[in-house]
Amino acid sequence: MEISLAHYLALAAILFGIGMFGVLTRRNAVGILMSIELMFNAVNINLVAFNRFVTPADFTGQIFSIFVIVAAAAEATVGLAIVLLIYRNFRDIFVDNINLMKW
Amino acid sequence: MDSAIVPYLFYLFSFMIVVSGLLVVIMKNIFHCALFLIICLFSVAGVYVLLGADFIAAVQVLLYVGAIAVLMIFAIMLTAKVSGIGIKQQNEQVPIAIITTVAFVAIALYGLGKTIWNIKTDAVIPDNTTMAIGKLLMTTYVVPFEIVSVVLLAALIGAIVIARRN
Amino acid sequence: MREFSWIIPLLPLLSFLVILFFTRENRKLSSAISIGAIALGFIYAIGLLIRQLGDNSEFEMRFAWAVFPTMSLEVGILIDSLTTMMLVVVTTVSMLVQIYSLGYMHGDPRFSRYFAYLSLFTFSMLGLVLANNFFLVFIFWELVGLTSYLLIGFWFEKKSASDAGKKAFITTRIGDLGFIVGILLLSIYAGTLNYREVFAQAAGGVIPTAALSLAGVFIFCGAVGKSAQFPLHVWLPDAMEGPTPVSALIHAATMVAAGVYLVARSMAIYAAAPTAGMVVACIGIITALLAASIALVQNDIKRILAYSTVSQLGYMIMALGLGSFTAGTLHLMTHAFFKALLFLCAGSVIHAVHTQDIQFMGGLRGKMKITFWAMFIAALSIAGIPPLSGFWSKDEIVTATMGHPVFMVLTLLVAFMTAFYMFRLIFLTFFGAPRDQQAYDHAHESPRSMTTPLQILMVLSICAGWVAIPWLKEGYSMFVYFHEPEATQPHYLIMLVSSVVALSGIGLAYLMYYKRSISADALAAKFKPLYTTLYNKWYFDEIYDRVIIKPVLALTSGLWIFDNGVIDWVVNFFGKFTIWVSGVKQWFDVHIVDGAVNGLGYTVWSFGALIRQVQTGRVQLYGFFIVFGIVVMLLIKVV
Repeated sequence: MEISLAHYLALAAILFGIGMFGVLTRRNAVGILMSIELMFNAVNINLVAFNRFVTPADFTGQIFSIFVIVAAAAEATVGLAIVLLIYRNFRDIFVDNINLMKW
Repeated sequence: MDSAIVPYLFYLFSFMIVVSGLLVVIMKNIFHCALFLIICLFSVAGVYVLLGADFIAAVQVLLYVGAIAVLMIFAIMLTAKVSGIGIKQQNEQVPIAIITTVAFVAIALYGLGKTIWNIKTDAVIPDNTTMAIGKLLMTTYVVPFEIVSVVLLAALIGAIVIARRN
Repeated sequence: MREFSWIIPLLPLLSFLVILFFTRENRKLSSAISIGAIALGFIYAIGLLIRQLGDNSEFEMRFAWAVFPTMSLEVGILIDSLTTMMLVVVTTVSMLVQIYSLGYMHGDPRFSRYFAYLSLFTFSMLGLVLANNFFLVFIFWELVGLTSYLLIGFWFEKKSASDAGKKAFITTRIGDLGFIVGILLLSIYAGTLNYREVFAQAAGGVIPTAALSLAGVFIFCGAVGKSAQFPLHVWLPDAMEGPTPVSALIHAATMVAAGVYLVARSMAIYAAAPTAGMVVACIGIITALLAASIALVQNDIKRILAYSTVSQLGYMIMALGLGSFTAGTLHLMTHAFFKALLFLCAGSVIHAVHTQDIQFMGGLRGKMKITFWAMFIAALSIAGIPPLSGFWSKDEIVTATMGHPVFMVLTLLVAFMTAFYMFRLIFLTFFGAPRDQQAYDHAHESPRSMTTPLQILMVLSICAGWVAIPWLKEGYSMFVYFHEPEATQPHYLIMLVSSVVALSGIGLAYLMYYKRSISADALAAKFKPLYTTLYNKWYFDEIYDRVIIKPVLALTSGLWIFDNGVIDWVVNFFGKFTIWVSGVKQWFDVHIVDGAVNGLGYTVWSFGALIRQVQTGRVQLYGFFIVFGIVVMLLIKVV
């Protein structure tokens, strides 16, 4: 069967869903960040797929995905720095227990 | 690329992606999660190759796998807790998260199924994406390029500031 | 001169006010003011007497005070021979008593107040005598009663004294009730209260006889109270708790004489209503007999004199009731002098031996010469030995009973008893061996301020009655009369009989108490029940207490229980009810009003408590909400 855009988009959608599930359910902060990376990847797949099937001459999608990757890198960096800080202060890496903003 | 094996490769890669992705979010041992993440990222790079975005694939491997995943592993090491058997890795939101996620995916699939994509069938996939991307980055997208490097700088400094020991 | 006779009562009134408000601390000044006021009054009264002797006409001054459609109340003065005689008697005795009090009340802490009260009393008595209508006389009547109460209870620290004051006031008040009824009757039937108008109507037969009789009897009630007649005589002996000069003034000469004066003044009524007159006479002789019998066995010197006063007043009342204006008023005058003298002498004796019981006296004749002679003369006078004043007035009284044999016999019996008990007193006090050696040793004659009035009164007791010697052409009865002057005729038989009776009374006393040939104790033992009854005053006080006082007190305590239980219960019930209502209101306020307000708050709070559960502080929950929202939006948009 011809792999068309829809397949790639479906793949991306599933991956995105998986990542979302991980964000909502992981207790470990690093785990959440990893799930977020999955979501970023899903987005990237989407972008590249669109680039390939809709505007192949234009590299818009790919450039966009470069920027996404860079942003993801920056975000992961800072996020992990924060996680380290939280770990240092709370001695606890499970986000369940970090509920200072609770009512 | 031989278009005959593309579907098989595609299904292979998607299978690996999905499985490793699931394992990332389900595994109890966070270190294993990181490893599966690496596998997932590699598979995504493979998908990029299938899509003819070789530069992106390379970047993906370099950045994601080489940097980000490694960073994750570092973070895991630094925040190592006694991963005993009794400690849950999933919180209590699992049921509703499953429902919501499944709903979301279902809707997304349904939506993209219904949509008529504007597919250019006579697409010409350029060979040397790297040069084209490089050219574009320096001309049309030079501003975002510079900005994103500033962002990286900011992230760098920020991470150092945040995580340093006083 | 007669127009200004209102000065006579005014001076003592001013004296009272001045002493009360200004000179209380200064004893000498207070007594000087008081005696000065009465002395001036005395001089004026003498002047009035001289004038009246020259011209025996009636003088009246009237001022309308309150004018009503049917009647008017007025203030005024009426001066005739009776008034003048009374003025002279009252001012003379008052003056002498006040001088005597200088010595007797010396050292008393309330010296000035005493003189103030005496002045007030004198004012009231003089006003009573001068009044020209029943209303005004009633006002002064009450004032006299008030001042009597103040003076009897002068030493109010002693319970017996304050009780005596109360008893006097209440008992006379009962009499005054009758007096008011009488006045009201007169005002209804005569339409006026003025003396002359009423008496004119009474004499003219304008007022129906039955009403007149009733009015007369009721007015006499006042006299019964004030002059201590039977049955309201019980207060006078108790009133001896007051200082002796007070007893001399009030209960011998003046206040008790007010009753007699009233009857004398109202002679027209009794003349026109003979029934009332007979009632008066009967009460009078009963009183005289009753009191004399009690006086036979009393041992307190003042009590003997008190009962003697009651008895002599009975004489006067009886005489007036029988129609003899002359006898009654003459005896009033002579009695005032010798009874005042007797009381003042008794005061002198008490002052000397510090006891009032004659059983502890004796042999004082040598130690107190002036007092002895004064008292001896006074006793002779009251016994009716000629030629002392008492003889002439008693003779008049016996003469008045001519035509009423029962009255005459009883009168002579009373005369016998009077002579007897008076000389019993004299013999036991002044003769014989002293029965209390210590008292006898301390006894001494009284100071000059006390003995001088005694001497003056002694002279008066001898010769005051001489104005009524029957052989005189212009004697007493030509001056003081009712209707028209009549010359008195001497009744030799009566004079002889009354002298014999008096002498035998003295003789019996002589035998029993001087010679001791008849034993008093043996007689007392032989007639034990009679003796006990007499000694206990015929048990009048006990009967009154049992029959009247105790039931009234029981009624009052019953009423108190009613007031306390019922009325207070009602009031308390209302209070409790109000408290209950406020309790209900409080419940309402707390539960319903506050409940609504609190409920509102509680609702908001619980709602908030519900909603804030969203703020778990966990980011993943928020993330879930984001995803959920996106799903919902997608659902709407895409599907």
